[in-house]
Amino acid sequence: MNWLAQVAALIGFSLRSLPARIGAALAAIFGIAGVVAVLVGVLSIGAGFHKVMADTGSPDTAIVLRSGADSEMTSVLVGPDADVIATAAGVARAGGKPLASPELFVVVDLPKRSTGTPANVPFRGVKAEAFAVRPEVKIVQGRPFAWGRNEVIVGRAALSQFANTELGTKLHLGQNIWEVVGIFEAKGGISESELWADAAVLGPAYRRGNSYQTVMVKLASPGSFQQFKDALTADPRVSLRIERETDYYAAQSRTLRFLVTGLAVVICGLMGLGALFGALNTMYTAVSARSREIATLEAIGFGGGAVMISVLFEALLLALAGGLLGAVGAYLAFDGYKTATMNWQTFSQVAFAFDVTPSLMIGAILYALVIGAVGGLFPAIRAARLPVSLALREP
Amino acid sequence: MKLIGLVLANFKRHKLRTLLTMLSIVVAFILFAYLSAIKKGFEMGVSVAGADRLVVRHKISLIQPLPQSYQAQIDRMDGITLSSQASWFGGLYRDKQVQWAQIAVEPEKFTQIYTEFLIPPEQKKAWFETRTGAVAGRKTAERFGWKVGDKITLQATFNRPKVGNTWTFDLVGIYDGAHPEVDTTAFWFRHDYLNENRLYGDGITGWYYIKIKDPKNAESIARKIDEQFANSPAETKTETEKAFIKGFAEQVGNIGAIVTAILTAVFFTILLVAGNTMAQAVRERVGELGVLKAIGFTDGQVLALVLIESLLISMIAGGVGILLGWMFVSAGDPTGGALPVFFFAPRSIVTAAVLAVLLGIVTGALPAFQAMRLNPVEALRRE
Repeated sequence: MNWLAQVAALIGFSLRSLPARIGAALAAIFGIAGVVAVLVGVLSIGAGFHKVMADTGSPDTAIVLRSGADSEMTSVLVGPDADVIATAAGVARAGGKPLASPELFVVVDLPKRSTGTPANVPFRGVKAEAFAVRPEVKIVQGRPFAWGRNEVIVGRAALSQFANTELGTKLHLGQNIWEVVGIFEAKGGISESELWADAAVLGPAYRRGNSYQTVMVKLASPGSFQQFKDALTADPRVSLRIERETDYYAAQSRTLRFLVTGLAVVICGLMGLGALFGALNTMYTAVSARSREIATLEAIGFGGGAVMISVLFEALLLALAGGLLGAVGAYLAFDGYKTATMNWQTFSQVAFAFDVTPSLMIGAILYALVIGAVGGLFPAIRAARLPVSLALREP
Repeated sequence: MKLIGLVLANFKRHKLRTLLTMLSIVVAFILFAYLSAIKKGFEMGVSVAGADRLVVRHKISLIQPLPQSYQAQIDRMDGITLSSQASWFGGLYRDKQVQWAQIAVEPEKFTQIYTEFLIPPEQKKAWFETRTGAVAGRKTAERFGWKVGDKITLQATFNRPKVGNTWTFDLVGIYDGAHPEVDTTAFWFRHDYLNENRLYGDGITGWYYIKIKDPKNAESIARKIDEQFANSPAETKTETEKAFIKGFAEQVGNIGAIVTAILTAVFFTILLVAGNTMAQAVRERVGELGVLKAIGFTDGQVLALVLIESLLISMIAGGVGILLGWMFVSAGDPTGGALPVFFFAPRSIVTAAVLAVLLGIVTGALPAFQAMRLNPVEALRRE
């Protein structure tokens, strides 16, 4: 019998005897499934948050903040700054007017739907250019706010996370009453977590005078960024920080992703160790329960190497089953789960959905296979080295 | 005594298997320690928030400022001991883009309100006397390598100085927490320095910390303050410090629920692994247990034999895990200072100890019950 046939026959043996050891096998499978589910679940938080940020940016859009500001929250630009920015080189134009959108950014307290506790919801004041700079913003329900009136439109994600944002609601914020007249989408981007209103109404309500937080600029082309940046950097009238929108939002998700990834590594590293001990236990038990059988096989001519491979194969199979179970379970349990968290850079809430991506699932299953391989290797070596005469003599 | 001897003898039978089971339990309790510490960190010290402290802020949101003129009106109200202005600074240190708490306060009043921040008397005196003085928490001082006497330069963001773009502070003190749950990551400096040196923002402050005479009156005082400023351009929202911190922590998300979910998964897994081992140990020993019963061991003794074994395994391993977990957590947090506090609280240690005992009982219960119900005749024949 050649070596491959030996291996195949041995694998057949071990699989057929699996039902006799089903308890131990299930313990190993569920142990690994638990690790994989937690790994996928935790990492899907970071992936979901990142997706919102990644879906926001457009390479032909630039965001301009005051120099030294790290986010919209800490940036202040005055009216003349905005004019300088709008007329800089590299800005796209439509109908002779530059596509530059000065924007106000404030934060208001609204209760979270899930807990009823107050949450910092971003409230943006915009001018007409905002809709040209962000063509992805579309009203899906109701109508746009009327210029000059106390009306707001609410992002779809904000509607799902924060109370008092339904169409037709009268929103009492301080001494102002705002009516929700529309719901908008922005291709899943961060704007969907926000409330929008006319900057000319929002500014006085928050005593912001002739000032803004940022200016969003549509570039003539993605390649015009450097030209635009150089023009403003060289301009002595202003001191600004200019970033491509995509870079700006990628940086905002970095803190949370680092935190989530760091925690996932610690938690799942330790859990993996626990599952590894479980897998080792299962496979050692399997080998010792089958020691007579293995010795008999070796006595009639099966090679130690073939025995080793068959034990390893069984361990990998159990790990694969556990990995699949965990990954699919995590997908069913977490994918698309909507929540909101604090974006510390802007001190305001970002709504996002857990995102169980295929690459996360594949990565986690690979991790399960590594656990299975290590957990099977040592018992496999023991099986291959089993002294035949001794094993046969045992009762 | 005989039973203990038998249990110990059984441990030696499958040394590797017992060891592996114990190791997986050890790992579970190290995880427990980490996750409890993480949860504590995200709670931001809500359990030590002073019941005699209120926070007054703008009703619309924390980022809206309040007039400084409110302070005199607040101080005049009944039941209030004293108040301190407080403003978020939001400066950047070196090229670090991460925000951490830098807050302007009125030192004399603030140190009376927050007595759990331990500042050596001579440093406190220096802070009262130095307009540019600031005190930093131990954790932050260690993170950036600061010493008392250093000049700290922060880059301005929305608080623009009158000249240039940076603010310079004299680090006159480093504070410690009166207990481990006190946040020692903050940087406190003087509000009068902020007032004098900022370009915009005359006469405003971020919020007020208030100390009240009797915690029982917290709610009625909070209501009175809010009524006082109702229908003014800057309406207020007053709440206890506990509610304030809790609201803040909940903005991050339900960390408690996530941690509980992970721990449930971990312990369920460990339960399977350890339970399986115990079941196996009993299955292999059916004949032996039959013999014990045949020579006069009672049902209760056989039950105890198996239960003691599983209890010993989980308690020894649990104890080692708790100890190691405590050591790892004490060594520092894995996020590199992002969490304000990170420690394994005594209460969590007690919970862990109880869990270890429960784990031993649950994993041993079914096999022990089976062993007790064993019919010696059957058992001996099966061999």
